[in-house]
Amino acid sequence: MISMACNIAGVPFKNPIIMASGTFGFGREYAEFYSPELLGGIVGKGLTLHPKAGNTGSRIHETASGMLNSVGLENPGVAAFLKDELDEMTRWNTAVIANVGGSNLEEYVQAVAMITENAQKRRTMNRRGVDMLELNISCPNVKQGGMQFGIQTEVARDVVRQVRNVTALPLVVKLSPNAENITQMAVMCEEEGADGVSLINTFSAMKIDIRRRRSVFTNTYAGLSGPAIKPIALRMVHQVAQAVSIPVIGMGGISSVEDIIEFTMAGAAAIQVGTYNFAHLHAGSELVYGLEQWMQREKVQSLDEIRGIL
Amino acid sequence: MANVISNVALVPGIYVMKIEGTFKGKMGQFYMLRSGTGYPLLPRPISIYDIGDEGISFLYRVVGEGTSLFSQLQPGQEIQLEGPFGNGFPQVEGSLALIGGGMGTAPLLLAAKHYPHAHVYLGFAQQAFGVDAFEAVAASVQVRVGGSIVERVDPHLYVNMFSCGPTPMLQALAMKTAGSSSRLYISTERHMACGIGACLGCTMHTREGNRRVCKEGPVFPVEEVDFDDLHGV
Ligand SMILES: Cc1cc2nc3c(=O)[nH]c(=O)nc-3n(C[C@H](O)[C@H](O)[C@H](O)COP(=O)(O)OP(=O)(O)OC[C@H]3O[C@@H](n4cnc5c(N)ncnc54)[C@H](O)[C@@H]3O)c2cc1C
Ligand SMILES: Cc1cc2nc3c(=O)[nH]c(=O)nc-3n(C[C@H](O)[C@H](O)[C@H](O)COP(=O)(O)O)c2cc1C
Ligand code: FES
Repeated sequence: MISMACNIAGVPFKNPIIMASGTFGFGREYAEFYSPELLGGIVGKGLTLHPKAGNTGSRIHETASGMLNSVGLENPGVAAFLKDELDEMTRWNTAVIANVGGSNLEEYVQAVAMITENAQKRRTMNRRGVDMLELNISCPNVKQGGMQFGIQTEVARDVVRQVRNVTALPLVVKLSPNAENITQMAVMCEEEGADGVSLINTFSAMKIDIRRRRSVFTNTYAGLSGPAIKPIALRMVHQVAQAVSIPVIGMGGISSVEDIIEFTMAGAAAIQVGTYNFAHLHAGSELVYGLEQWMQREKVQSLDEIRGIL
Repeated sequence: MANVISNVALVPGIYVMKIEGTFKGKMGQFYMLRSGTGYPLLPRPISIYDIGDEGISFLYRVVGEGTSLFSQLQPGQEIQLEGPFGNGFPQVEGSLALIGGGMGTAPLLLAAKHYPHAHVYLGFAQQAFGVDAFEAVAASVQVRVGGSIVERVDPHLYVNMFSCGPTPMLQALAMKTAGSSSRLYISTERHMACGIGACLGCTMHTREGNRRVCKEGPVFPVEEVDFDDLHGV
């Protein structure tokens, strides 16, 4: 019997395919096309304590085998998420992961505390809440916060430590490829009690409109994602998986079953799919069925057989 | 995946592609189209031009790599398309003007079919295209090549107006309409990735706050539109 199931920090996932933050909304839109229950999990759109309008001007631009985005963490804020989105998300039988960003330390701590308290309250009422937190210290698209925390290990340490202090929820820290030393960053997360790390977020990148002689983006730089970044993401996942003993969730350009296998061989406990959702509306369901077929064909009973074999 | 039935240039660089199958969709809605499996990565939003028993058709201009690949598709070849997406033009009553500029004429043909009493105004920068399709269904069609078609439109004559075209044209029309009681709905454009409201890549600032062009739009009442934001993209 083939099993795609995996367990990350005590949270069961029916398969290792999780939709990446910012590319799947809170699941509602895609639910019109296939059931989110097929998926291992969903990471919601990045949340901040207060609602955020996001960036003005152009927000996306396609590049060779990838895309740039400068959404700037547009989101309804933690309170509105808990009130308006969580019921729907927890109705689907799939893991619900809240991705949390912030512009300063207090915002991170308060946002995480609110989500944690809400999860506890729901549990006493026998209702599901957020299953896991993904701490986003790596968004390159907001002037204040996000990535500035994710570049220097000692700056990030403070955020992880203080957040860990206020939550007992499984905590995964999402790392930036723009970090000075991503392996060191992952080791720090483990030292500070994170239950896992996920990587990578987008690369800080740029596009110039030569006709108008200015950057396409109001913030000048934007985040690069998609197949273009996959080889680098794979290398980083491989390095980090060797350096830590907590689970590593890998992502960056994953667009096929073969890509999932590569990340698993590099040591990923699970993977996330981002940009590919835009290229193919049914990406999630295709990959889930495709992975099952691959395992049957290759006579792999469990991905543990190939995980981290390199 | 669906089969291309035909894909012909009306004038150089402007094509009508017809795709086989049964499709849904109403005036002002769009599909996300993608040819091939690799590059470009993202599908491209294209308005429904016409829809019938044997298939759906799209009127498009070749501007970059995505639309250039579309133009190379031969009858019998496959294309991926998902839709219909977006809100489309509203159901209205009373007199109606349809005002299109260039490629902005594309989403208006279905509206012309839906409202045969509508007056159609079509403006083109250099060369007219697709006019006969409107003449076949509309009570009146005015065409202008070069100059502004907006000059020909008297908003006082119409209870409602639907428009799509370049931002300066839409803004000129908005200014002209401001003193009248006519209700103007315009179709807006934004770069899109998902097309279904999930990525927030197409978000536009409006007087009602942020709106996703792919989901709450692309058609908006003109009062809501912030032209500064439209110009900026
Ligand atoms: C709701 C909607 C309906 C549309 N309907 C039509 C239509 O019926 N016929 C038609 O010819 N065009 C239509 N467009 C515009 C069309 O989507 C773009 O011309 C197309 O995406 C360009 O792709 P490309 O790869 O050929 O060009 P690229 O090389 O990617 O870009 C060339 C230029 O096209 C524009 N563009 C690129 N990507 C997009 C995008 N995703 N959305 C909007 N503009 C973009 C940019 O301004 C860019 O400078 C519509 C756009 C929207 C948002
Ligand atoms: C449009 C868009 C929005 C994103 N928003 C977020 C976000 O809110 N929080 C976050 O942690 N990552 C965000 N990301 C990063 C993705 O979750 C993912 O880390 C990255 O895109 C790499 O994966 P991919 O190549 O499969 O897309 C966003 C990416 C895109 C393309
Ligand atoms: S294109 Fe993704 S939200 Fe509109």
